[in-house]
Amino acid sequence: MHAIFILWLREVKKYTRSRPQIVASLAQPLLYLLVLGFGFGPVFQQAGNGSYLQFVAPGVIGMTVLFTSVFSGIALLFDRQFGFLKETLVAPVPRIRIMIGRTLGGATVAMLQGTLIFVACMIAGFRPVSLVAIPLAFVFMALIAIVFAAFGTAIGSGLQDMQGFQLIMNFLVLPIFFLSGALYPLHNLPKVLAAVTRVDPLSYGVDGLRGVLTGRLMVFGTGTDLLALALIAVFLLIFGAWRFSKIEI
Amino acid sequence: MIRVQNLVKKFADFTAVNDISFAVPKGEIFAFLGPNGAGKTTTIKMLTTLLPPTSGSLQLNGLDPTRQANEVRQQFGIVFQDPSLDGDLTAAENLELHGVLYHVPRKIRRERTEMLLKLFELWDRKDTLVKKFSGGMKRRLEIARGFLHTPKILFLDEPTLGLDPQSRNQLWSHVKRLNETEQVTVFLTTHYMEEADRVAHRIAVIDHGKIVAIGTSQELRERTNTQTLEDAFLALTGITIRDETANAGADQMRQFAQMWRK
Repeated sequence: MHAIFILWLREVKKYTRSRPQIVASLAQPLLYLLVLGFGFGPVFQQAGNGSYLQFVAPGVIGMTVLFTSVFSGIALLFDRQFGFLKETLVAPVPRIRIMIGRTLGGATVAMLQGTLIFVACMIAGFRPVSLVAIPLAFVFMALIAIVFAAFGTAIGSGLQDMQGFQLIMNFLVLPIFFLSGALYPLHNLPKVLAAVTRVDPLSYGVDGLRGVLTGRLMVFGTGTDLLALALIAVFLLIFGAWRFSKIEI
Repeated sequence: MIRVQNLVKKFADFTAVNDISFAVPKGEIFAFLGPNGAGKTTTIKMLTTLLPPTSGSLQLNGLDPTRQANEVRQQFGIVFQDPSLDGDLTAAENLELHGVLYHVPRKIRRERTEMLLKLFELWDRKDTLVKKFSGGMKRRLEIARGFLHTPKILFLDEPTLGLDPQSRNQLWSHVKRLNETEQVTVFLTTHYMEEADRVAHRIAVIDHGKIVAIGTSQELRERTNTQTLEDAFLALTGITIRDETANAGADQMRQFAQMWRK
C-alpha cells in the first residue's frame, strides 16, 4: 500500500512542479473550446442543435483528460530512458503495485488538468444543467482518466524511443479523440463511422459527461456509459499490468 | 549466495554472455572485471530480474530470479552503472521513495537518510531537485541511496564511475564495513583495478561473454606472471579497445523532455 501511495505521490508532485507544462497543455483544449466553440456556434445553432459551446465543452474536458492521462502513461518511456524505471523494477514490491501507483497517479493528474479546463469552460460561458450533475461528471472524468492512464501504461511498456511515441500520438490518440463525438454529435453518421465510434472508449466517456452536464444529445445513456467505461477500465488495468510485468531493460 | 551455471544471453545475432558459471559464497566481496561490452552489466541484469536469460540457471540465496522474481528482489540492493534517479524529485524525496519501496521503517529511514547524506556531503542540498545536481553529486546520491537498506546481496555496477577520490574512499570503506559487520555479500564491477585489488576477496575476469580467469588477485597475478592486477587484466583480455553501442535515443528524448517539463 505504501508503495502505491509513494508512486502516486510522485506523479502528483511532478505535475504540480511543472507549471510551464500545465500552462502549455491548457493551450490546446482552450483553442478547441474558444475557436471551435464560437466559430461553429452559428452553424450549429442553425441546424437546430442549440449552443455549440454547451455541446463542445464536455468534449473538450474529455479530450483534456484523454491527452493528459495517455501522456502520463507513456511517460514510462522517459523513466525508461532516464533510468528511474529500473529503480522501481528491481524493488521488492510486486510490479502490479508499481503499475497501479503510477497509473492512479497519472489518472489523478489528468483529473486535475480536466478540472482546470472545466473551470475554464465555465469562465467561457459553459453552464452545467444543474450543480448536482457535477459530482457525477467527476465520476466520468475519473473513469476516462483510469482507462487512458492504463492504456498509456500498456503502450508505454513496449515503447523504446520517441519515434514510437509520435506514432502512437498521431495514429492512436488523435483518432480516439476525433472519433469520440467530442466535436460533433454521433447521430446520423455514415454506418462505418458510426461503428468505429462505438468501439472508441472515449465515446462513452464524452457521452456520459455530456449527458450529465447538459442533458442533451446523448447517444448511449448514462448507465451504458458507466458500465462500458468500467469494463474497459478493468480490462485495460489487467492488460496494462500484464504488459508492465513483462518489461525488460 | 549467488550461483550461476552455464548462463547464456543472446540478443538477436549477438551473444552477450556465453556459457558462464561461477559461485559466490555468503559474505564474499566478488569483483567482476572485464572490458566494455564484455557482458558484466548483462549478467547483473539477469541476476537482478531485469532480463530473462536465454539458457542456464541462476540462483540468489537459493531462489531463482526467473521464477521467483518477487522473492529474489527481497534479497538484494543495487547501485546501477547508469543514472536511475528521478530528476524531478529532491535528493531527500529520492531516498524517501527508495526507503518506502524497500520497506525501511519510517524512523530508520529518516535516521539513515541523514547519516548517508551527511556521509556523502549532500545534506545541505537535500531539498534541491536532483536535476540541478552536478554529475558527481548525482552519483554520490545514487550510492547513498543504495545503502539506505541493508540487503543480503549488494550489486555495485561500476559504482565509482565519475566519483572523486574522497567519495570513492567513503564508498569502499562503507562497503567493507557492511561486509564485515553485516556479512553482506558484494558483487561489484569496476574499471579501476586498484579498487578491485583493495576490496575484493575474489576476482573473475570476463571477456567476450566468457569468464577467462577466476581467483584471488594474487592468483591472477601469479597465473599471468605479472606484478599488478592491471597488468594481469591486460594479459588476460588483450590491449584492443572495445566499443559499446551508444544509447542513441536518450539525447533526443532529453531535448523533448526539456521542451515539455521546462
